[in-house]
Parts: sequence; C-alpha cells; structure tokens
Amino acid sequence: MSSAIEPSIKSRPVYGTLKPATAPAHLIIADADGGKAVLDLATAAPTSFLPNAEICYIPGKADHSVTLEALGAARFYTGPSIAAMLPRLKRTFERMHMGTQIYLAGSESLIGLAMKTAMEANIDFEAIQTEHRGSLARRVQCVHCKGITEGVTTQPVTCAHCGLLLLVRDHYSRRYAAFQGVNINAEDPSDIPPKEEVFT
Amino acid sequence: MATPARELPFRDETFRDDFTFKNSPQTVLRAPFPFDKDSYMYAVNMELHKDGRAGTAFEEPIDVDEHYVSEMRDRALVLDEDPLRCQSLPHMTLAGWDTLELLMSCKAASYPEWFSLERDGDRWHWINRPLGIDDTFTFGDETTLPYGPLEYITRQAQGDFCVLDERAGNLWMDAGIVTTQADWSLDFDIGMNFFEWHAPVPLAHERGVFTRALKYLLSVQQANPARRLNWTMTVNPRLDTSPENYHKWGPENTHITPENVADKLFLRIELQSFWRLPRSNALLFPIRCYFLSMRDLTTVPKWATRMHRVLKTLPPEIASYKGLDHYREIAIDYLAAFDDGQETTAGPFPD
Repeated sequence: MSSAIEPSIKSRPVYGTLKPATAPAHLIIADADGGKAVLDLATAAPTSFLPNAEICYIPGKADHSVTLEALGAARFYTGPSIAAMLPRLKRTFERMHMGTQIYLAGSESLIGLAMKTAMEANIDFEAIQTEHRGSLARRVQCVHCKGITEGVTTQPVTCAHCGLLLLVRDHYSRRYAAFQGVNINAEDPSDIPPKEEVFT
Repeated sequence: MATPARELPFRDETFRDDFTFKNSPQTVLRAPFPFDKDSYMYAVNMELHKDGRAGTAFEEPIDVDEHYVSEMRDRALVLDEDPLRCQSLPHMTLAGWDTLELLMSCKAASYPEWFSLERDGDRWHWINRPLGIDDTFTFGDETTLPYGPLEYITRQAQGDFCVLDERAGNLWMDAGIVTTQADWSLDFDIGMNFFEWHAPVPLAHERGVFTRALKYLLSVQQANPARRLNWTMTVNPRLDTSPENYHKWGPENTHITPENVADKLFLRIELQSFWRLPRSNALLFPIRCYFLSMRDLTTVPKWATRMHRVLKTLPPEIASYKGLDHYREIAIDYLAAFDDGQETTAGPFPD
C-alpha cells in the first residue's frame, strides 16, 4: 500500500493509482514521493507515452528529479515549491489541448492545489487521475478567520492566522484545497487538549 | 399606493445581544412542529409542498410571519460583517433570476396587502411595503438592481436559500445566502455535491438516506415543490449559529440551567422546501428557521409530551452531532413534568 488514508466521510478525497490513458497528450504533476508513482506510470506506459508527456515535479523532501528527467518526457519542469509552480500550472491548464490527460501524484497538498488550479481553468476534476504518495500533512482552512494553515500534522492545531485552537475535520473543500478547521474549545476556552502528531 | 397599508403585525425584536425575540401565542400554534411520532431517526421525510393546512406555516408556499422585518434586519447585520455568507458561482446568475421571480410572484399572490409585482415585458415594478422597498428594474439586467438577483430578493425573504445546480445525476451547492444556519458554512461547502456537503452528518449515509433523498429531489418538477422538516436545538433565539462565529456563541451552549431552560433553550425547526426553477433547471432549496422555546412547547400539551419522549430516546450520535449534550438532560427533566404518560395522537399538529 502506498497510501495510508483511512475510509472516512464522503467529502474526504480518495485517490487511485495512476494508469496510462489513451490520450493525445499527458500532463503529469507530482511532488516528493509522488515521483515514484510517475516512474511506475512511465514503466507501464506504451512507447508513444513519454514523447507526448510533460512532467512538472517539486522534489520536496524526497528528490527523484534526476530519475524523472532521465525518462525523456517531451517537457520536464522542476521547481522549488508547489506555490512557485502554481502560476505556471495555471497557464499550462489554460493553453492545454482538449483531450489531454492530467495525472497528479504525491502529497495531498500537491494533489489538492493542482486540482484547484485545474478547476479554475474549467477542467472537470472527475477526469483527473490522482495517486497519493508520502505525506498526509494537511492544508487547513480556519472556518473563523478563513486563513489557511499549511503542512498541518497535529490534531488539534493552532491557526497560523488568528491563533484559535482548531479541530481538523475530515470535511474537505476542493475549491479551497483544504480541510476544515473548527475551534475545538469554543465552549470552554480553558480546556486545552494536547496536540498529537496524526497527519504524518 | 393603491392598497392602503394595513397596520403591520411585525414584531420589533432581536436575535442577538439582548435577544428580545418572542412568539405570540398564535405563532406558536402555527409552527411546523417536526415530530409526527414520539421518537426520531433520520428519514427521507419528503412530502408535496402545496395545499397546506390553513392556519399553519404550510398555508402559503412562502410563509411570512410576525418575525419577518426583524429577521431581515438581522440578515443585513450578518452580511455587513461577512459578505461571504452570500455567494454565487458564475454559472448560477440565471438561477438567481429564477429565484427572484419565484419569491416575488409567490409573495405578491399570497400577501397582496404587503407585496406587489407588476410586469410590463422585462420592466418589473416590485413593492415590498413591510421593508419600505419600491423598485423598478429590468428582469435579467443586474445593473438595474442594487445587488445580484439572488441577494436582492433573499434580503427580503426569511430563511436561508441554497441554489442547487443539477449536473451528472447530482445536485451541486453552487449558490446561496446563509445567515440563519444550523452550524454549516456556505463558504466552505459551495461547489460541493449533495453527498459531500452532507458528509459530516452521522448515521444517515449508512442508512441510505441521502441516496434516496437525492433520487427524490432529482425528480422534483416545476409544478410540484416538495418539503421536509429538520430540527436541532439552540441556546437563545440566535438565527446566526454559524461555524464562522462558533467561537463567539459556543460558550452559550453551557449556560442552560434548570432555572433558565424554559425561556433560554429553543427547538429550532427547519422547514426545507425544494423548487424546480424554470429557466435554469436548478433546484431552489429554502431552509426556513422557526424557534419554539421550551415554554412555548408547554402551551401545546401534545408537543411538550412528544419533545420529552424524542429527547429521551434520541440516539447519542445524533444528540452529539446536533450539539445537545450540555443541556439535553436539563430539557428532559423540565419537560417530564408535562408528560402524563398517555399515548399521543398521530401526526404533528396540536390536538
């Protein structure tokens, strides 16, 4: 098993395994250990696949960029962070040809943010293939101040914007690419539960 | 004006701070009490929303009651604080005009002494006497209204309004105005499908409730609006129990005592209705909130008895999800004195 995501509520995203689609072009976006899913995808693909593929990769904590570049895709991009890649991704989605298959692999933040960017370019999220590998760290939107806290690994977590102690729910918004955080001790602010590392 | 304004019965009251909200005895009796038997479990309790019983909240398709003007004032306060409470994705503008037409024509037909709509082609003249509004605008032209069509008309209509787009065999929460909600966020849920926005509800998914409810809703036709009732409980008559402000109102959940439960704890009833819209084929989903204090309930012996039995037998997951844990026992103890142990009559209406 590459992903340790437990079955949960209906808004919590579920991910599959990347499979080469029959398509004129392929856009592959990955971070960190998502690179391994891209290697598996390339191994399973016919010879016509890589000459029609673009790979966008953010190494993060597990760098597979040398191996990925050596695959010889038509275009290969690597960048320092997901945030740095998003403007480029936005433009790529806007000019993408009809029928291009999109593949997302890696952390939930990478998958969520790339999907959000695609949806903003009017791409149907249900046509996108996804595979989760690596970190379960979450993007969490504080329902109170609306600020987003990145890389959340603890339950509860302190909102990086307003400082409220948040319960991280499994309720997930594709538009925000974020899980919902709700003040955990609103009824009694003096009750401060300990933080546990749960999203790793 | 052609129609002389009759003396308006609207109460001047608040749903925050000093909480001066109060029901008149007639308003208690016309409330849509949500329990048709002495216990509660999630169900697809849909029925047609037409030919409603006289003297009840079902009598007119869009109910207007004594709280109308004050509820609209509370909505304006919420929107001033947080404009994210009214949102519409770009493809939902036509459904907004559909909503405007439906609400204006229903209100003008049901309450001609308060509302009037005159149409001359696309030139529409709308009068809302209780709120002092007299506007002429071009139907379909947003620049002729002070707000988008959805926000314009729902600032003049009690209850929350969700506008659901139908695509790929599902319903998508793609527009709405939500200021009187039972702890859910439009801003977070906008764009979600029917199963996703209901995701946090316990037990009901496993029971197939949402699959059957969606099937029913997809079949709602223009001529046959549908409705169902839902409920929770709220401390103080606070319309805006939003998750956004939960850190502000949450402490009140611990303030119920045997001494104050009668007047401080409310049964919060949602009259949900479902309307197929003609141009957009969207589904309009109004969620109208009615409050009954525990003391209000005791004025109808059948309702106090039934509320007592429902609370006593409520599955703990549902009680927790609805946030009742702090005061459920106190409410049961208070209502016990009004339960004579006799069998109750069938159906929700008072004897």
